[in-house]
Amino acid sequence: MRTETATDVSHASRRSRRRTLSYLAFYVVMTVLAVPFVFPTWWMITSSFKPITEIFAFPPTLVPANPTIQPFVDVFALQPFAQQYWNSAYVSIVVTIGTMLVSSLAGYAFARIQFPGANAIFLVVLVGLLIPSEVTIVPLFQMFNGLGLIDTHWPIILVSTFGAPSVLTTFIMRQFFLALPVELEEAARLDGLNRFSIWWRIALPLARPALAAVAIFSFLHVWNLYLEPTVYLQSNELFTLPVALTRFTDAYGGALWNVQLAAATMTAVPVLLVFIVAQRQFVEGLAHTGLKG
Amino acid sequence: MTVTVVRALPDRAPARAGGAPRRRPSRQRRQDALVGYLFIAPQALGIAAFVLVPLGLIAYYSAHEWNVLAGSFRFVGTENVERLFADPRLAGVLQATAVFSIGLVIANLTLALALAVLLNRRMRGVGFFRTVFFSPVVVSLVAWTIVWGFLLQADGGINGMLATIGIEGPNWLREGPTAMASVVIVQVFKNVGLNMVLFLAALQGVPHELFEAARVDGARPATIFWRITFPMISPTILLTVIITIVGSLQVFAQIAVLTQGGPGTSTTVLVYYLFQQAFQFGKFGYGSVLAILLFLIVLVLTIVQWTLRRKWVFHEN
Repeated sequence: MRTETATDVSHASRRSRRRTLSYLAFYVVMTVLAVPFVFPTWWMITSSFKPITEIFAFPPTLVPANPTIQPFVDVFALQPFAQQYWNSAYVSIVVTIGTMLVSSLAGYAFARIQFPGANAIFLVVLVGLLIPSEVTIVPLFQMFNGLGLIDTHWPIILVSTFGAPSVLTTFIMRQFFLALPVELEEAARLDGLNRFSIWWRIALPLARPALAAVAIFSFLHVWNLYLEPTVYLQSNELFTLPVALTRFTDAYGGALWNVQLAAATMTAVPVLLVFIVAQRQFVEGLAHTGLKG
Repeated sequence: MTVTVVRALPDRAPARAGGAPRRRPSRQRRQDALVGYLFIAPQALGIAAFVLVPLGLIAYYSAHEWNVLAGSFRFVGTENVERLFADPRLAGVLQATAVFSIGLVIANLTLALALAVLLNRRMRGVGFFRTVFFSPVVVSLVAWTIVWGFLLQADGGINGMLATIGIEGPNWLREGPTAMASVVIVQVFKNVGLNMVLFLAALQGVPHELFEAARVDGARPATIFWRITFPMISPTILLTVIITIVGSLQVFAQIAVLTQGGPGTSTTVLVYYLFQQAFQFGKFGYGSVLAILLFLIVLVLTIVQWTLRRKWVFHEN
C-alpha cells in the first residue's frame, strides 16, 4: 500500500525495514544451524549433573531437575581418573614440546641450510604425510612388543614426536622459514654466531606464530589419540583420557551415562575454555595444519 | 676420503660458471652440511624407524601366518592375499568404507560451503557464529562421540524430543541405514568447522570487483555463485575434498564408540576391520594385507589429486 506514495522517505524506510528483516532472517537461520554444534556440548555438561534416574527422563530435561555432583565423584571412584588425566596431560605436553623442537630443527634445516641430499631426504620425509598411521599400526605394535614397550607410554610419545605426525609440522615450519627474510640471520652470521645459536636466538623467536600453530596442532592431536592408546596400552592406570572415557560401565557392560558424561565434560571443557580465550590462534593454527593431504 | 671429494664437487660448479664466484670456504660448507644433517637427524631417523621400516615389515608380515596364542610364525606366501579376495565380508567392508567416505564428503563440503557463504559478510555476530561452528573441532573426539551416542540411544535425547512432538524415532545406532547416517552426521558436525574456515579464507581471496561487475550486469545470486564463486574457489574445494576423503578413511574412534561396526558389518569400515582382524582376532598377517589395501587406496587418491589439480582447477592465468 505504502509503495503507491513513493516518496524518498518511504523508500528509505522500506529499504531499512527490508534490511532489518534480512538481518533477522540471517540470525534465525544461523541460530537454527548452530543447534547441532552447541547442543551436544550443553547436553554433555548438563547431563553429567543429573542423577541416573533422570538421565533418560521423559520429557528430556534441558536443565537438571535435581542437580547432583555425584557423577563427578563416581568418575574418580570407578577409574584412576586423576592418574589418567595426568597421563594424557604429560604425554601431550612432552610430545608437543618434542614436536616443536624436532619440527623447527628439521624445518629450519630444510629451508635454510644447504647440504648434499637435502631434497631427496625432504621427499622421503614427506612420505610420512602420505601414510595414515593406521597403515603402520600392526608392524609398530610388533616392533614395540619386541622392545618390551607395550603397556608403556613410549610408543605414543616416540611415534608422535619423531614419526609421521611430526612431518606435517616440519612442513609448516619449513614453509614459514622459507617466507621469512634471511637478512637478519645473515647479519648474525657475519657477526660470528653459529648455526645453532642463529636457530635458537634469532629464527625461533621470529617463528612464534608458526610454533603456536604447531603446538596447538600437536597438543590436540595427542590429546585426542584413540587408536594408538587402545592398541599400545592395557592397564587402567596407564590409559589416556579418550580410552578411559569408554570404560565407565556397570558390571554388565552397560554404560553409566552420567558418570561417563561427567568424565567427558572434564576432558572436553578445559580445552574448550582455552579455545574460547585463544580462538584466533586455534582457528588459524588448525586451518593451517588442516591443509594436510 | 671419497666423502671429501664428493662434497668438494659442488664448490667447483660456481667457479666454472665464471665471473666472480662467490665461493664460500669449503670448510664452512662442510660444517654447514654437518649441522644440516644434525638438525634433520631426529626427524629423518624417526621417519626411517616409524614409517619406512614398518612399511617394509607390512610387506614381510603379509606373507606370513602369525598365531599369537600358539606363538607360531611361518611363511605362507600369497595365502593372505588369496584370503583377501575370498573374504566374504570384504565387499561389505569396502561398501561401508565407500558409503561413509562419499556421504561424509558430500555432507561435509555442502554444509561447510553453505556456512562459509552465509558467514562471508560484515555483520555483527558473524565472528560469534564462526566460533560456534568451529568449536566441535577442539572438543575431544571421543567425548563428542560419546555424547552423540547418548543422544542417539533408543530412549535418548533425540528420540525423547521427537516423542514430545509425537514422532517415534528409530533406534538410530542399531538399524543399518540410520547407523551409517548417524556415524556420518556425528563426524560432519565434529569437523565441518575446519573446512568452513578454509572456504572462508578462499572466499575472502576472491576479488570484490568480480561480484560487483556481475551484480551491475544483473546476474542473480545463484548465477554469481556457480559462475564466479565456485570456479574461483575450486582449488580449495579440490583440496578439501581430498583432505576429507583421506581423513574419512581413518575414521576409527567414532565407529568403535558408536556402533562397533554393526549392525552386521554395515558400519565396518576398512580401518575398523583391520583393527578387528589384527588386534581382536590376532590375525596380524591378514591385518597387514588389509593395511596394504588401505595404503593403496590412499596412494591412488593422492595421485588422482595431483592429476586433477593440473586439469580441473580454475587458474587465473
